[in-house]
Amino acid sequence: MNKKFLIPLGLFAALVVFLAVGLTRDPREIPSPLVGKPAPDFSLPVLAGDKPFSPADMNGKVWLFNVWATWCVACREEHPLLVEFSKNSKVPVVGLSYKEIQPQDMANGPMKDAEKLQLARERSLRFLQRQGNPYSLSVLDLDGRVGIDYGVYGVPETYLIDKQGVIRYKRVGPLTPQILQDTLLPLIQKWEAS
Amino acid sequence: MKWMLGFAMLMACVVRAGDAPPMAEDPQVEARLVVIAEELRCLVCQNESLASSHAELAEDLRREVRKLIREDKSDAEIKTYLVDRYGDFVLYRPQVKPLTWPLWFGPFLMLLLAVWGLWRYLRLRKNALLAQAEPQHEPIVDTRAKD
Repeated sequence: MNKKFLIPLGLFAALVVFLAVGLTRDPREIPSPLVGKPAPDFSLPVLAGDKPFSPADMNGKVWLFNVWATWCVACREEHPLLVEFSKNSKVPVVGLSYKEIQPQDMANGPMKDAEKLQLARERSLRFLQRQGNPYSLSVLDLDGRVGIDYGVYGVPETYLIDKQGVIRYKRVGPLTPQILQDTLLPLIQKWEAS
Repeated sequence: MKWMLGFAMLMACVVRAGDAPPMAEDPQVEARLVVIAEELRCLVCQNESLASSHAELAEDLRREVRKLIREDKSDAEIKTYLVDRYGDFVLYRPQVKPLTWPLWFGPFLMLLLAVWGLWRYLRLRKNALLAQAEPQHEPIVDTRAKD
């Protein structure tokens, strides 16, 4: 029997497989070039306290760096999980409050930097008081400059940084219990041990 | 009444003036910004270039690129700055390197394969037609000569 008719069928099946695999992939998930590189340095004011924070302060510790904002809906979704994590884990979570002051906040005219800082502090602290505070401390990145250095393009984002200050993992979008269990916790264990 | 309309229009201009974005601060910088940003992808709205996107991140990134232009950085340096942070994905024209070879040369390879396939098919068909015609051994006679 001539099986030639199977050729187009086979080609079609291959195409279907490619398209099916393509559908399961998230186009928003872009591999970060920062994984395996030292965490970019910065010095930013913290939410509560006068002393600015810089990543070097965490040397010798494995820590999570979580980008968030009170205006970010997905962050609210993620928040309870972070609070839970911070209760059960010794790994410190540092927050980066990303562009807390949005253009709509300045509808009544431009604000001075000090005013922005104050409003951002008030709003963020109120949020953390209500929703629980998973952060050992949170820094304020009002103009988003540090966010650019970390390649932030969708809040929330989470970075795992090792004892030497090297980024080992980056998650764009909210953490889920599954990602925490299957990816983040094993990685934390691995880098804690090293 | 005409002057009132004129006045209203004039006031409209005055009111709008405050809103104008600081685009033309330095036309030379803006011109270079547009050229560079056309080649860069906005990460928030992925099918828009950095030049045309209204996303807030795009605005922030344009601000950074402007700053780099003022610092007299070359186009390549500016692109490297963004690739270091956001990956190759920001480039609309990906760099040619082993990882992107399939992307750059794959289509030509497929074209070659298709040409080879077509050539093979045509040759097989010609042979088949010849084989079909041969067993009958019909002499080819030019009938026109007889008429």
